[in-house]
Order: sequence, then structure tokens, then C-alpha cells
Amino acid sequence: MAKQYETVIGLEVHVELATKTKIFCSCSTEFGGAPNTHTCPVCTGMPGSLPVLNKQVVEYAIAVGLATNCSITQYCKFDRKNYFYPDNPQNYQISQLYLPICRNGGVEIDTPAGKKTIGIHEIHMEEDAGKLIHDEWEDCSLVDFNRSGVPLIEIVSEPDMRSAEEVIAYLDKLRLIIQYLGASDCKLNEGSMRADVNLSVREVGAKEFGTRTEMKNLNSFKAIARAIEGERARQIELLEEGKEVVQETRRWDDNKEYSYAMRSKEDAQDYRYFPDPDLVPIMISDEWIERIKAAQPELRTEKLERYKKEFDIPDYDAEILTSSKKMADLFEATTELCKKPKKVSNWLMVETLRLMKENDMEADDLSFSPENLAKLIELVDAGTINSSVAKEVFEVIFKEDIDPNKYVEEKGLKAVNDEGALRATIEEVIANNPQSVEDYHNGKEKAIGFLVGQTMKAMQGKANPGMVNKILKELL
Amino acid sequence: MANIISDETMEYVGILAKLELSEEEKEQAKSDMGKMLDYIDKLNELDTSNVEPMSHVFPVNNVFREDVVTNGDDRENILKNAPGVKEGAFKVPKTVE
Amino acid sequence: MSLMSLTAVELGKKIKAKEVTVKEAVEAAIAQIEKSEDTLNCYVTVDKEGALKKAEEVQKLIDDGTLTGPLAGVPVAIKDNMCTKDMLTTCSSKILSNFVPTYTAEAVVNLEKAGAVILGKTNMDEFAMGSTNETSAYGAVKNPWNTEHVPGGSSGGSCAAVAAEECSYALGSDTGGSIRQPSSFCGVTGIKPTYGTVSRYGLIAYGSSLDQIGPVAKDVTDCATILEAIASYDPKDSTSVKREDYDFTSALVDDVKGLKIGIPKAYFGEGLDKEVKEAVLAAAKVLEEKGAIVEEFDLGLVDYAIPAYYVIAAAEASSNLSRFDGVKYGYRTEDYEGLHNMYKKTRSEGFGAEVKRRIMLGSFVLSSGYYDAYYLKALRTKALIKKEFDKAFEKYDVILGPAAPTTAPKLGDSLSDPIKMYLGDIYTISVNLAGLPGISVPCGNDSKGLPIGLQLIGDCFKEKNIIRAAYAYEQTGSYKRPGMLEE
Repeated sequence: MAKQYETVIGLEVHVELATKTKIFCSCSTEFGGAPNTHTCPVCTGMPGSLPVLNKQVVEYAIAVGLATNCSITQYCKFDRKNYFYPDNPQNYQISQLYLPICRNGGVEIDTPAGKKTIGIHEIHMEEDAGKLIHDEWEDCSLVDFNRSGVPLIEIVSEPDMRSAEEVIAYLDKLRLIIQYLGASDCKLNEGSMRADVNLSVREVGAKEFGTRTEMKNLNSFKAIARAIEGERARQIELLEEGKEVVQETRRWDDNKEYSYAMRSKEDAQDYRYFPDPDLVPIMISDEWIERIKAAQPELRTEKLERYKKEFDIPDYDAEILTSSKKMADLFEATTELCKKPKKVSNWLMVETLRLMKENDMEADDLSFSPENLAKLIELVDAGTINSSVAKEVFEVIFKEDIDPNKYVEEKGLKAVNDEGALRATIEEVIANNPQSVEDYHNGKEKAIGFLVGQTMKAMQGKANPGMVNKILKELL
Repeated sequence: MANIISDETMEYVGILAKLELSEEEKEQAKSDMGKMLDYIDKLNELDTSNVEPMSHVFPVNNVFREDVVTNGDDRENILKNAPGVKEGAFKVPKTVE
Repeated sequence: MSLMSLTAVELGKKIKAKEVTVKEAVEAAIAQIEKSEDTLNCYVTVDKEGALKKAEEVQKLIDDGTLTGPLAGVPVAIKDNMCTKDMLTTCSSKILSNFVPTYTAEAVVNLEKAGAVILGKTNMDEFAMGSTNETSAYGAVKNPWNTEHVPGGSSGGSCAAVAAEECSYALGSDTGGSIRQPSSFCGVTGIKPTYGTVSRYGLIAYGSSLDQIGPVAKDVTDCATILEAIASYDPKDSTSVKREDYDFTSALVDDVKGLKIGIPKAYFGEGLDKEVKEAVLAAAKVLEEKGAIVEEFDLGLVDYAIPAYYVIAAAEASSNLSRFDGVKYGYRTEDYEGLHNMYKKTRSEGFGAEVKRRIMLGSFVLSSGYYDAYYLKALRTKALIKKEFDKAFEKYDVILGPAAPTTAPKLGDSLSDPIKMYLGDIYTISVNLAGLPGISVPCGNDSKGLPIGLQLIGDCFKEKNIIRAAYAYEQTGSYKRPGMLEE
């Protein structure tokens, strides 16, 4: 019988913090921009330049640590990690090894077998590297330091995960917590959240961990899942052939669905960490921690409970509405404007999700404003437009964020509420459809639906359906 | 007590420090480093088991900046001294094969 | 008498009184540079045009009453490891042979605000690593007292330039004695301030936890005045300290009555030149006669400062100097195959032997398996040394000793044996480890005519004690110029 293997996975998650400036200088962290236009002597490693720590970075790191049940290291320091690479302007990265800001935390995830806690070994603060662009025409690379010095936290998990599903659930949990805190937008595709996967396999029942490898370059949930499958298979194959897994860093190529060893002779992996003499220690008082705790925004679990209680939103809907910060923000802002939580929820749960699916979009990509959705809900409620027109208008709001009041006016989409006009049309419909009228009188309730449809058609969809029903029944 | 520095050690330190020494320099460096380490080994005479390592002499801590953008586009100055520049970026030998 | 024989403060007074124009002062400095520079090699860069242009600007600001300070219009030389906007800054290294900073070091900015006119950049040991100035990529500096001898290092260019009157005063930097030892060898006065007193922003780092910028000048009054101008709390330097006092000139009083001076016995043991010993003890006697309470005491751990220093400084240097890689600035090798070869060739060709030696040592002591045994051990030793000084300063206001065990050695005598060279720093190095202020003042000459320096060490932030003692001592003698100037 074939041996059964278990996968053991730990994650190193890098998150770019949502500060306005870099971690050690006053350059903007804005994404994009022409190469090297957000740089200064500090983030390009000019001789004589010195780092000064951005306070907001510490506050965000503490906030994430508290929200992931970590203990805060009240005396912490920065260390230098020494290695040569052109995207690393000083040829050392300022990071934390000996006294990271947060330790010993964990988050709970849902698995098919129930709830499970994934331990967090530590969270540390560090600076991001620049970007290397590989020149197409010439045999060279180009260095852009715009990203150099953007603040990162690295969240190092314990090796507590056993499958790609658990990894995704853990990442999703982290993403939600951090987004809700406002500490990062956590976009995998833009690189503001990046995960390195440490993976080993062992025979089921074995006590010792196997030798692990570290995989880098994973920029989507799908790539992470594929990389885990690929690396698991590669390691099992090695073991089955009686070979050994080598502890190394590998680069995942998502197109080829294979990982490649990154190690070279010139890469000793001996980082010679030592405390950075240019930066002074950070003392985090109990009061400071309490202040950050008190200022902590409502996190997902609390929000979910509140939606159920305060707005009487069902369990499932509350789950969906809080599944991203963006969605929850839209829900709350729209509700605040129109005071109709159920209707807002309905628009988000049905039409918004449908359009997102059709357009292959994430909640973060939504661009319509709460104001316009609120106006649309008012229009329907006032009977100014009927619900089928409303759906059409919403599609335009979804795409272009237009003002529905103006749009309905301009396009002449207002529902016809004039009883005289309606009555005339309906009389005509009845006269033209004797068969359906007879069916109705013979007890076929469905026939009335056909007549309503005919009336709407005749009125180009703008009739008030309630009134149509009422008048039809009266006339029949 | 004498520290003998092997060729492998010199090779390894060369990789870490990105320095390549000529054969002659290497022999000199081996002997110098051995002598310096012998001298540094004097520290082992001290009992420091109950002493905290001191990286900063003064207990200065919590030096922070507020999160306000004050730097603008300074690209021209940043690239001024670069040995190689292309399209507003620093030009380096290709980093991937 | 040349304008250059005046102290900086005396010259500043004459400029203020309109007896001398700034241009005349700058021209006098340039004339002296042109006269002796071929022999001495104090400067890497002399910016004659820039200085003359600046002289006019400063003169206007003095005339319209904007600049009123004691240093307005006085020409200065800056050690070549401090960044100066639009002026070559090389650290006396080939690797920075073409580096023109786009910003100015904070200490130099402070001097410019005080109306200083920069003459140029002074030669030094490459990246401040050396005690003789012979490790410069731009040739050794000669000692103005005897050109067969070294000026000391690493601020040898600054100290020799002051002694040879090629500037009115200069800035140096001190990581293990680099201001005090060459001041002693060149017969001038130099202060290494308490760590954190002068901003390190724009100072090209050697050992970041030890580096401090300080003044080099003809006398204590100048030094106190210059220190007052360059010291500041700088938010750009996280290790900068907000001091309670910056009024160093208030300590220029000729009164040491009751001042408690301790003489560490260990500073007068084996290895100390007999003539140096006699001169330093004679200086102690002078202070005692002026009313100071002088006594010998046991300062522990003196022998451990050098090994601890070399571990810490080399480790920090190995990391600080890794940014010089041929990518962003400075020298890049001509021919290379691929990235790592470019790095290695650039650095191997760009750095001199002593710098490479220290980078290698630093990389080694931080490498996997050695960090605890070397680096942490050195940091623990540093803590113990600091404690020894704390204990001493409970009893004494000032610690007195030599600045160096000998007078200036001959050119070529020191570099062959690194350990021997490092031993020359024995009296200065522990001051950097403990972050203390120290001053070197001339206290006579040996039988060869070479100057001897007296070192006074104070407790942290107690510059005023050493300034007061040095000033009082200085009142008992007169400033001696090197023979070459008396011709």
C-alpha cells in the first residue's frame, strides 16, 4: 500500500502598511509613479543619510498584533539584515530579528473539520526593497527605488497548516483583520500582501517535521494553491525515490506550475544581523497599547454580530456583507443615508454580487458610491421607478456611478402612475387578449401574469406594477 | 590560542563582503585576520556572563517622525552620481538568467 | 604677521571690526595653501573659486548685519567624509573618487549659517580607518612639524591644515581618537564631543555608534566657539540628543580651583613614551598648582577597549560600507561579467587594503556562529567599560592622560603591523566606546621637536569641565607654530 503523506505548511506574510510616507523617510508611498520619483537620499542609500522611524508604522504593527492576539514586545529594536542585491540600496535591509514587535499570537480559521487556531510566531516591521525591471532590449536590469522603504510587517505563522484550503482560509482571515484595521489594503495582485510558503511533507503519524523549502513569488490565492500542490508532489516524489529534500528557497513559476531553486554560489544566506546603530530602541508603554486598543475599529466578528442584531440581517447575508471591508463600508454608508438596511443588503447581496461575478471583480474593485445607491433605493420606494427599471439603472450605477435621479429624468424612465393612462392601456390589452381573459375567468390565475406582462410591454416597462395589478383585477 | 584562518573561511568572507583578493593579498589578509582575532580573544579573559550587551550608550528611545509627506520628486539629484542610468532608473547588470 | 596666524575667533573679530575683509581672509588662506600644500597634501579638494565667491556673499551679510557671530567670514576646512553639496566628497577613497553630494552634512550647514567660508575638503585615512593618514587613496599627509613624520589620523588633513595655517580651523570626525590623536601629533587643539551632540546626518559613516564630528583649531576658545556653532539637536539623526546646554564658551574661565582631576595609573604604564609621560604629568602639576585636586586612581579594563572597539567598529563598518557597490554612485569597475563579479571587482579595486581588512574582519565577526562570541562579547565589554567610567566620574570631574602613547611616528613605520598601529589608540578609544567627550591640547614638544598632546576626558554632557580645565591650562603657555611657518 502506498504511503500516506501529510503536508506541513507555515507562512511568512508580508503586508505593506497604508502609511502616507515610507518607514524611514518622508517620501510618498503611493503606488506607481515614474521610476525613482518618490525617492530621497535615505531610501536610495546615499552616503551620510540616516533613517528616522515613522510612528504610524509602529502603531499599525501594534494594532495588527493586538487583533491577532499577540503579545507586544514593549522593548523592541531594529536590526540590519546584510545581503547584496541591487534592489536593496544600502545592501542591508532594516528589519527586526532579535526583538520583533509582536510575538505568540494566533487566529482562528474555519475548516471542514471545525474551528482551528493557526499560531502566529511573530510579527516584525521592516522596509520593502525597490523594484527591478528587466530590460527587453539590452542585457541589463533597471532599478526603481520608489518602493524602497515602504513599510512592511512580516507575519510569521507557526507550521500549523495542513492543506491549501487552510492556507487560503488563514490568509483570508489575516486580510480581513488588517483591512478592517485600515492598516493595509492587502491586495495580492498589487503586491501589498505577499506570502512565502514554507512547506514540508511527512508520513502520516510521524512525529518529526520533514525538511522544508521556502517558496516565493506567489501573487494570487490561486497561485498559492497551485504552488502548494506542486511542491507537495515534488517533495513526495523525491522521498518515494529515496532522495532527500534540500532546505532551500524556491521560486514558483505559475505559468510552468513548477518551482525552481534560487540558491547560487554567491548567495551565502548568512545575513549577519546586528542591532542597527542608527536607530534607537522603541519602548511601548501600557498606556500606548491601551490607546491603540481603544482606538481599534470594529473588526469583522463584532460587525457581523451587530448587523444581525441592529439591522436584523440574516446570518448568511451578514457573512457576505462583512466578507470584505469594502462591502461592509458600502453597506453601512448606504444604510446611514437611506435608513433601509434590508433593502441595501438586498441590492448588495443580489445585484451587486451578480454583476461582480459577471465581470470577474473583487469587492475592492467596486467603485459606485453609497449616495447613488441610496438615491436609487429612494426612487424605487417612492414608486418613481419600478423594480425592473431600477435594475437597469443599477447596472449603470455599478459601471459608471451615475446619479440615478438625473439619469431617470434624462432617459424618461419614470413609472407611469397616471391611472387614466394606465386604465386606457389595460382596456386595450384586455380587448386584444380575449383568450387570456377567458382563461382567467376559468380559474387560471397565471393568465393574469401574461396580461400584466402585455401591459408593461405596451408601457415600455415604465408602468407601476402594483397599479397595473389592481386595475386589471378591477376590470376583469 | 592562535587563530588559523583557512582558505575556505577567506573565500566565505569574500562572498559575504563582496571582496575578491589576489593570492598575495589573500595570504596577507589571512595572517592579519588571524593576528587580529588572537588579539580580540583577549576579551575572553573577562567574565561577562551577567552583563547585557550595550549597543547604545545613552538610554534614548522612541525617536519618531510624523507620517507626513514632505519629500517631492528629487529624481534628477538621486540619479546624478549613478554610473549607469536608463529611463530614469539605475542601470545594473542583468539580475536574472 | 599673516592673517592665518590668528585664531579663528581673533580673525572673526577683525572681520567684524572691518579691519579685514572676508576676501582678504580667504585669500590669505589660499596663499598659504598654495605655499605649503605641495609639501603637506592636507587637502583632497581646494575650492578656490567657490570660496572667493562665498566670501563676497558672506561679506554682504556681515555688512548688512545679518551675520554677527564670532565665526562669520572665517575660512574653514572640512574633513572629506562630510557631505558638501556640489563639492566632491571622497572619504579619501577611490570608490568615491567622483561623488558629488546633492546635500550638505548638518554640522556643515550649521557652520554655513554661522557665516563660515569653506575652503575645501581635507585629506584623511580612507573612510577614517587609520591612525596615520597613510591609508588615503590620495597620498599621505605630512606633519607640518616634520614632514618625515605622519600627522596622525584619521583627521590628519584637518589637523595638519590647522597647524600649517592652511585654514583658520577645521572640522574632523572621531571614531576611536581620530580628532584627538592627530591634534596631539600636530600641536593643535581638538574636541570629540559627547556622542549625540553634533548631528551625524551627512557624515559618511564608519562606526555609527562611535562616530562624532568635532572641531580642530589653534586653541580652546576656538574649539568651544566652533562646537557651539555645530552642535544641535537634529531630528534627521535619531541618535541626536536634546542637550540642556549648548553654551560651551561659558566654560572659558581661567579657574580650576576645586576641580577634581583623576589620573588613571594604567595610562602611564608600559608602552608610553618617557617624554610624553613627563610632559603630561607636568601639565597635571600645572593644573594642581592652579588649584585643582589631582590624584591617581585605578581605571579598570583599559586593555580591553581596543579589542572591543575593533570588533564593534569593524562590524558596523562592514555593514555601513556595503552600500558602495557601483550601482548608485561612485566608482564602478570597467570590465565585469554579471552582477556579482561587478560588485566584487568594483569593491576590490575601489577600497584600499586597510578598509578591506576591516570589512573582512567585520563580516567575519558577524557571521553565523561567531556573532555571540565576538560581537555580543564586545558589546558586553563596552557595557563594563562604560561602568568603569561611571564609577570614575562619581569621584572626578575630569580624567587626565596622554592623547597618544608617542609623538608622531615616521611615515611608513606603522602600517606594516596593524596591531601595533591599533595600540596607538589605547588612550582615546575607550572614550568613544563610552560616548564621552574628550579634548586634546598641546602640552609641549619632545626632544625631536614634535608636539605632545594632553587629553582631558569628561563625563557625558560635561564638555564644560574639560573646556574649563583645558582653557586654564592653556593660559599658562603660549601657542607654538611649526618651524616651517617661522621661516
